[in-house]
Order: sequence, then structure tokens, then C-alpha cells
Amino acid sequence: MRIVCPFCGERELGEFTYLGDAKPQRPAADAGEDAVYDYVYLRDNIAGVMSEHWYHGGGCRAWLKVTRNTLTHEISAVEPAAGAGAAKVGA
Amino acid sequence: MRGDQANRLNNGGLIDRSTPLNFRFDGKTFSGFKGDTLASALVANGVKLVGRSFKYHRPRGILTAGSEEPNALVELRSGARREPNTKATTAELYEGLEAASQNRWPSLNFDVMSVNQLFAPIFVAGFYYKTFMWPAKFWETIYEPAIRRAAGLGRAAGVSDPDHYDKAWAHCDVAIAGSGPAGLAAALAAGRSGARVILCEEDFVLGGRLLADGDTIDGLPASEWVARAVAELEAMPDVRIMTRTTLFGVYDGGTYGAIERVNDHLPVPPEHQVRQRLWRIVAKRCVVAAGAIERPIVFAGNDTPGVMMASAMRSYINRYAAAPARRIALFTNNEDGWRTAETAIAAGLQVAAVIDARPDVSPAHRSLASKGGFSVLHGAVAGVDGGKGGIRKISVSLSGGARAEVEADGLAVSGGWNPAVGLTSYHRGRPKWRDDIAAFVPDGAPPGMVAAGAANGAFGLGACLREGFEAGAAAARDAGRSGSIGSMPVADDEAFSLTPLWHVAGKGKAFVDQQHDVTASDVELAQREGFESVEHLKRYTTLGMATDQGKTSNVAGLAIMAAVSGKSIPETGTTIYRPPYVPVAIGAFAGHHRDENFHATRLTPSHHWAAEQGAIFVDTGLWKRAQWYPRAGEKDWLESVTREVKAVRSGVGFCDVSTLGKIDVHGPDAGAFLDRVYINAFSSLAVGKARYGLMLREDGIVYDDGTTSRLAEDHYFLTTTTAKAGLVMQHLEFCRQVLFPELDVQLTSVSDQWAQFSIAGPKTRDLLKEVVDPGEDLSNEGFPFMGAREVALRGGLKARLFRISFSGEMAFEISVPARYGEAMARNLMIAGKPLGITPYGTEALGVMRIEKGHVAGPELNGTTTAGDLGLGKMMSTKKDFIGRVMAGREALTASNRQVVVGIKPTDKARRLRSGAHIIPKGETPGPDNDQGYITSVCFSPVLDQWIGLGLVERGRERIGEIVRAHDPLRGEDYDVELCNSVFYDPDGGRQRG
Repeated sequence: MRIVCPFCGERELGEFTYLGDAKPQRPAADAGEDAVYDYVYLRDNIAGVMSEHWYHGGGCRAWLKVTRNTLTHEISAVEPAAGAGAAKVGA
Repeated sequence: MRGDQANRLNNGGLIDRSTPLNFRFDGKTFSGFKGDTLASALVANGVKLVGRSFKYHRPRGILTAGSEEPNALVELRSGARREPNTKATTAELYEGLEAASQNRWPSLNFDVMSVNQLFAPIFVAGFYYKTFMWPAKFWETIYEPAIRRAAGLGRAAGVSDPDHYDKAWAHCDVAIAGSGPAGLAAALAAGRSGARVILCEEDFVLGGRLLADGDTIDGLPASEWVARAVAELEAMPDVRIMTRTTLFGVYDGGTYGAIERVNDHLPVPPEHQVRQRLWRIVAKRCVVAAGAIERPIVFAGNDTPGVMMASAMRSYINRYAAAPARRIALFTNNEDGWRTAETAIAAGLQVAAVIDARPDVSPAHRSLASKGGFSVLHGAVAGVDGGKGGIRKISVSLSGGARAEVEADGLAVSGGWNPAVGLTSYHRGRPKWRDDIAAFVPDGAPPGMVAAGAANGAFGLGACLREGFEAGAAAARDAGRSGSIGSMPVADDEAFSLTPLWHVAGKGKAFVDQQHDVTASDVELAQREGFESVEHLKRYTTLGMATDQGKTSNVAGLAIMAAVSGKSIPETGTTIYRPPYVPVAIGAFAGHHRDENFHATRLTPSHHWAAEQGAIFVDTGLWKRAQWYPRAGEKDWLESVTREVKAVRSGVGFCDVSTLGKIDVHGPDAGAFLDRVYINAFSSLAVGKARYGLMLREDGIVYDDGTTSRLAEDHYFLTTTTAKAGLVMQHLEFCRQVLFPELDVQLTSVSDQWAQFSIAGPKTRDLLKEVVDPGEDLSNEGFPFMGAREVALRGGLKARLFRISFSGEMAFEISVPARYGEAMARNLMIAGKPLGITPYGTEALGVMRIEKGHVAGPELNGTTTAGDLGLGKMMSTKKDFIGRVMAGREALTASNRQVVVGIKPTDKARRLRSGAHIIPKGETPGPDNDQGYITSVCFSPVLDQWIGLGLVERGRERIGEIVRAHDPLRGEDYDVELCNSVFYDPDGGRQRG
């Protein structure tokens, strides 16, 4: 698999580390245990297009948000993940 | 010159008759020519019997002339370079080649285990499961070893491979698999348009089937056309031709695996060269021109040496000028097979008869038959009379019902052609059935890949050239290349007419998979027993699971299954195709990453100095760390370690701790950032001070610990454990970039930039005075416990000095730029000589941390909370931090959790062992009474006894209680006392002094 890092260009899989679903946002400090429990443990296991966090540790050390089809490994978008997991406002 | 090559034809062939080569097969010396394969040289020497079969030890010969060969497997070379299961059909002949037949004892000609044939009725599909069921314990001790001796392929060398293997990357616009007419045409079109092309050919000569089948292209003899095409390609600077290279796998994003057999055609690779090289080729487009594989027809005795694929026979005659037989019969169900009869006659060989399964034969072939003086029999081969000496007679059942016999010493068989659909199907692609050619063809391909020519079911030469050329041109265009592609090579399209025939019923064993000895009746049995799905058929009979992956057998097997289950072939379907297309040596996947190069090795800055001191090193992740420094006369590690600890506690010692992860945290929000990643506060830390910090995972479990110092208002220096250095960096980057983007903070990994030494013991200041500039105040007031700041060393070098202590002694850690690390170690030794300075290793470090009750890896084990470690009070209640909410969950704060506690044996002389379980006195050991275990142990020189730390249920409330340490692994059971985990200097006066 190859990922086009927005900072470094197209690089092979070995330079990257997978984290997982990029959708959950860290609940605000006062969100309560249930919200944090959801955030930490409840994950969708999507057969299809999924937004994921990848780390370019073998390159620029950027965290990336990669849109990938888990069935075909086709990657349709890669963008910097800056703020992607930031606290949900009013959660 | 003919020598002993009795079956070598006088003329023709792509062999170099001026370069004879000697080789040995099963101890006998033969000769062949440069350009031969081992198989063609054996054919030229009249050798028909080359191996014994996997299960029944049946005599087997050479079936094919390519990488699909199921039978002619040999052990190539000897000693450490012995390579089992080498296909004689692809092994290039070289001077001095040594090969041995496999799976026979004592000799190929007289094989004791061929008695297996007599027991054939019990060796049917699934026989392992049916026959060796009882008694169960016999399986491992009797049945399996016996079966393994009797059944099998070649023997591994059993010693380390002396050769080197390499791994490499290549990038191109268009990768092409195969250099037959389609592949060459594709390369010409792509190359001319300016594309960067990589052309992979598994053979050592380019041309594919053109090498054997000749024909005319652009009005030229095929060999001449190939030579011109190759010359044109070689003149293009962006076209790379790789022979002896098989494209074996397709991976995501246009990445292809290829194995280049760089020096397999030599007895020993030249000095500094590799045997094989594994390529990862990244291509924008890929044209699969891998051709097709001629398929056998299954009939009784079809494995007799002398039975050969019709196309293989043409290869041996035309390409290698080697006659597989003198009097050849041909069994075909299609037009293409007839070319073997033409070839045989042209080479002056006799054709005994053509047995054609089709009702009609063309007038041209009829006249060929009358000219060649042989008969055309309409019908099928019903059996072969022969054995290890080859074929004697062939019995034919004629379509009218009558029988006929044909005398011949060779039988060419053509059941049609199967496109090589492997590469196009590796992403779970399912090929589709085409009735007109009675074969599976690719139905789509992974993104960027396209099949052309015979691999796509286009069997005519003209069609191959056309498809290849068009595919090459399109691939180059897609890759953004637009140069002129010139004119397309042109040839006639031969007629292809075929009447499907898979299996001829008859008496005797009829083999579908010759390498795994799977017969037509095994397939029928599988169907009767309910293993009708092709995936079940495969696993129950092992059809197609041998080293050839069923290249000649899979389609026939499922056609027979279709017939007995009353379904069509497309309804029956194919099994999933998986790479690699040909076997690839594990050594090639490993490349240079073996032995000491298996992974990278990280050396501490003082490594070479420590090695001079005779240090014993321990692997810590990738690091080599000095474990202890033995001195003459010390009888074991314990004596050395005890000396080192005593020296530190009474004088001064030092230890390289550079392996700790080090991260510079800069920015106006650095403190706020650390507040969120540590459980305790760092924004409140004064400049010039250090603090111990603990990080949790978001689920509330402890992640890592270490000291972090504030060197300036906006600059912190953070340390991690050795093991987690990389992971903590990754985690902090996640927090910084993804979770808290609003914070103005930057992270820089400086683990490799600083050499860091711990200097510990009551005489530490005396030593530092000799090292640090006299202007620096190192007194308790000028540099108090947990102080941290930059200092000047004697000579002017700037260093970072931290007054932190892991040992519990008066101690500093000093950081210098890594390039000064070794000089620092040498300097400390010189400056410390009058003080009796003692270098200590990781063992002494560990002993002193256990004596002090500091937690480390065995306690930070991914299951413990801050509270478990006795650090619950560090958790700030005034701020949010990673893991705060989940750490508050009921189970993580329960009062009966297993917490860190000190452990010492009641019998002072007893040695503790980590891993022993803690059981209450008077209880029976078992899961119900298991209250924890011992995590860390050491011999404490201070207490003169073994001590330990453990995780024990309610441990801190049970100080003084005697419990059982139960160690079934080592057969030990003894009493221990739960005690305070700080064994040494509990009030910490020494480190503050």
C-alpha cells in the first residue's frame, strides 16, 4: 500500500503506523464517564470507506487523516489530521 | 560434437554447441551445452526417470519445459547450498552442476517405498484423517514421523545458507510480466512512447513461446524479429530488461513483487554478489503477458515417464535440439497440439500416430499424416503400458468403441491452454469461463493492471502481438507518456479449435495433480464424501497445494469435479488465487536482515569504551547496554553486580543512561501541554527544576514515566523509558497535532543527540568538581535535589546537569552532546580514579532501583494504574489530562486491586524468583486464591538477602503478613513477608544530602 503524504509525497506503507478510526473526537473535560467510555472503546468496524489516523513516523512525523476503503485498500484522500480529534464542543 | 548426448539432434536449437558443460545427476556424469536447462540436458542424454512421486513413489519423468513443472524436482547443488525441490525445467545448466533425485531410497531405480503403490487403496484422499485416528498419542510419535519419511519432497540443506540475498526497490511507468510476443510488443509500444519500462522474464532468454514455436512476424522468422525487438529495447535508456526474474505477486498501490535469480545459474555467486534479489517494483501500470500453460488430459498411466506436454516436446526439440523420444505419439483435443507432430517430422523424428479427440481433422493435417506415414486415430488414450523405463505401448479407445494400440516411446499430450490468470486474480479476482477456448480468462484485474495475449485468452500469434502492443501503448498513455509508438508488429492468427476433454475413464491410476499424487478417483471420492466445493476439494485431496500450486492440475481437477457433481465448470468455480506465483526463498524475503543484521543495532555513546572495559552487554530493544563489568577473579555475574552496587553506595559510580527517550518540548504552551499528558502538573514547575511525571493511556492505565525538567520558561526537557521512547514521541505528537492543536508547542526528539550518564554515590560531588567548571555551584543550596540547569564543564563545553536519583544515592545525571559521550566516559574514569570510581551496568541499576522501591517495566506492565504503583496521589484533581476520566472507573479504583508491595523471604538465605504467585497462608494454590505475583527480584547487597517487588491484592494494607510464594514452573513453594517497597533509606535522606 502507498500513501501520499501531503508533506512528503507518495511513500510506501512501511513508513507509516496505523492508529484507527479518525471519527471519534475527544470529549470535553466535563463530558462525563459515558462520553469518554464511548470515545475510548466504541469503534465502528466499517467494511467500506473509512476515515483513519495514520502516523508518518518514518518521514515528517505528521499525523494524517486517510480516507481508505477497507475492502479494496483504495485511498481517496489524505490530509493533515490537525485538530481532527480535538474536543467535541458541547459534548 | 555429440559425445554421449545420444538424443541430441544434429542441428538447430538455441544451444551453444561450442560450450559443452559437464554435470552430475544422481552421481552419474553427463554432458550438455550452454543454453540447456538441467531438464533439456537430461532429455538430450536420454534420461527419462528423474524422480519418485510424493505419496506412491511412482517413477516420474519430465512433464513440461517451464516453471509449471510438477514432476522433475531435484535437489540442486550439495552441502550448505543444497536446494530441494528445484525444477529441472528451469534450472540453467552450468559446468559442474550437481543434482540428485528426490524421495527415493536407496536409489531412483530401486526405491523401497514404491511398495506404497501396493497399499494405494488406503492412500486415498483424506487418508491421514481416516487411517491414523487412533490411538491419539500414536500420531506424534509413530504415524507422523513414519509418514514424513515415506512421503515428501527434497531435503533442506540443514545448515546455514552461505550466500547473500538482497532486497531492492524499483519505480517505473509500465511493468511487463513476460517477454513472449505480447510482452515484447507491449514493451516496444510503451518504450517508444517514452515510458520508463521494466520487462521481467523468468527465463534466461527473451522470446517466450517464440523460442520453441518459431513462426513469422513482420515477414521475418520469429527469432530474427525477437532479436530486432530486443536490440531496439536495449537501445532505449528508460527500458530495463530483467531476465531470470519472475513477477510473483501484486500488492496495493501498484506495487509488485519480483524475484531475480541473479546467480542461480552459477555454482557459487561471484564474490560480493548476491544469489537472488527480491524486487519491489512500483509501477503506474502493469501489463501481464505471462502467457498460458498447456494443460494435460487425465488418463490411466498419464504419469509414466515419457508422457510429456505437447508444447514441452516442441520446446525440447526446437529450442534445445533434444529429442524426448524417437517414436512419438500425440494425443490432442485441439488444433495447436498438431504443431508437435509437425515439429517432430521436421526434426526427423518418427510420429507413431496422432490420437485426436475431435471428430474432424483438417485436410492439411490429413495430408501431413499421409506424408509422415502415420495414422490419425479418432478417440482417446485409455492407458499407457510402461514404467520406470518409459513408455512401451499406448492403448487407445476409438470413438467407435473399438480399441487400438500404438507403439511409441513418447506421448505428447495437449488438452488445450489455460491462460496464466494468477497475477490478475491475486486481489481476490475470480477469472471467468470462456466456452470458445474452454478456459478461464481474467475478469478484470487489480487497479492499474491489464492482461494481454495468451494470458488474456488470445492464443493466436497475431492477436498476441496486437493485444500486447495496444496494452503497452495504453499503459504508457495512462502513465502520461505520449511519444510516437510506431507501427504494430503483425503476424497471422492461427485457427484454434478445441473439443474439451478432461478425463478419459480407464483402468489404472489417472493423475490430476502429479506433484501431490492426487488422482481422478480422489476427486470423485471427495465429491461422494461431500467435499464438493472447490475450496474443500483442494484441502481434502491436497489438489493444487504442492510447490507448483496446481499450475497443470487445478482446472482439470475442478472440471472432473464439475462432471461428477453434474454442474458446469463455471458453476464449480475456481479456488482463490494467492501469491507467490513461483516459490520464493525465505532468504530472499529476509535479504540482508539475518543473523547480527536481523535488526538494526543501537550503540550507546560510551559503547566502545565499555567494550574495552570488558563489559557484558544485554540487548534492550535495539540497544546494546552494558549489563555489568566483570573483573578478574569474580566468579559470576552476581559477584560483579554486588561489587558495583556496594561501590556506588559507598563511593561513586557511573552508568550510561543515554538509552532513555529524550524529547525537547518548546513553546509558550509547553507547560499547558505537559499538564494534559501527565497526571501531575508541570506548568507550575519552576525553571531550573525537574519533576517525576507519570503518563496514562486514555483508558486510565499507566503508559510511561520519567523525569521532565524545565530549562527555560518555554523549554522543557522530557525523558521517557528506553522501551517506550519512540511510542511516547508518537503519542505526544498525536496529542499535539490531533487532540490539542490550539496549543503553541513543538516537540523534537533528541534521544540520539545527547549522551547521558548517571553519576551516583556519596562522592558524586567530589567527582563532579573535577569535571564541571569551578564557577558552578554544586552545593545543596546552589544545586538542590531535583535541580536542573545548563552548566559549563572544564574546558568550556556546555552540559545539562540534573540532580535526580534512581539509585537513592546522592546523584546527578549529566548530558553532553552525543559526540562527546565516549570522551565523557573516559574523562570520568580519569577524574574519578582517586575516588575509586566504578562503572556500573544495568544490573546494578536494577538492584538499586528495587532497593529503593522504584517501579520499572515489570510494574509498568500495561495493567497497572497510578494507584497500583502507589502513585495515586500524583493524580491532579485541578486539571484534565489523558486518562483522567477512565482512571476513575470503579474497577480501576477498587480497594482489592493488586498493588506494588515489597517482598522478602522469611528464610533469609532463600533466593526469590519473579513470576512466583502469591497465595494466602493455609490456602490451596489455584486461580481462586491467586492474589498476585512477584514482579522484580534482586540480591540486595545492602540487606544481604534477596528482595523483591510484587503486585499483591491489598498489598499495602498487609505489611508484615506472611504469605506463600508458589512457583509451579520451578517447583518452588516458600513463605515470604509483605513489606514496605522502599527497602533502602526510606526517608530519602541520602539522595537529598
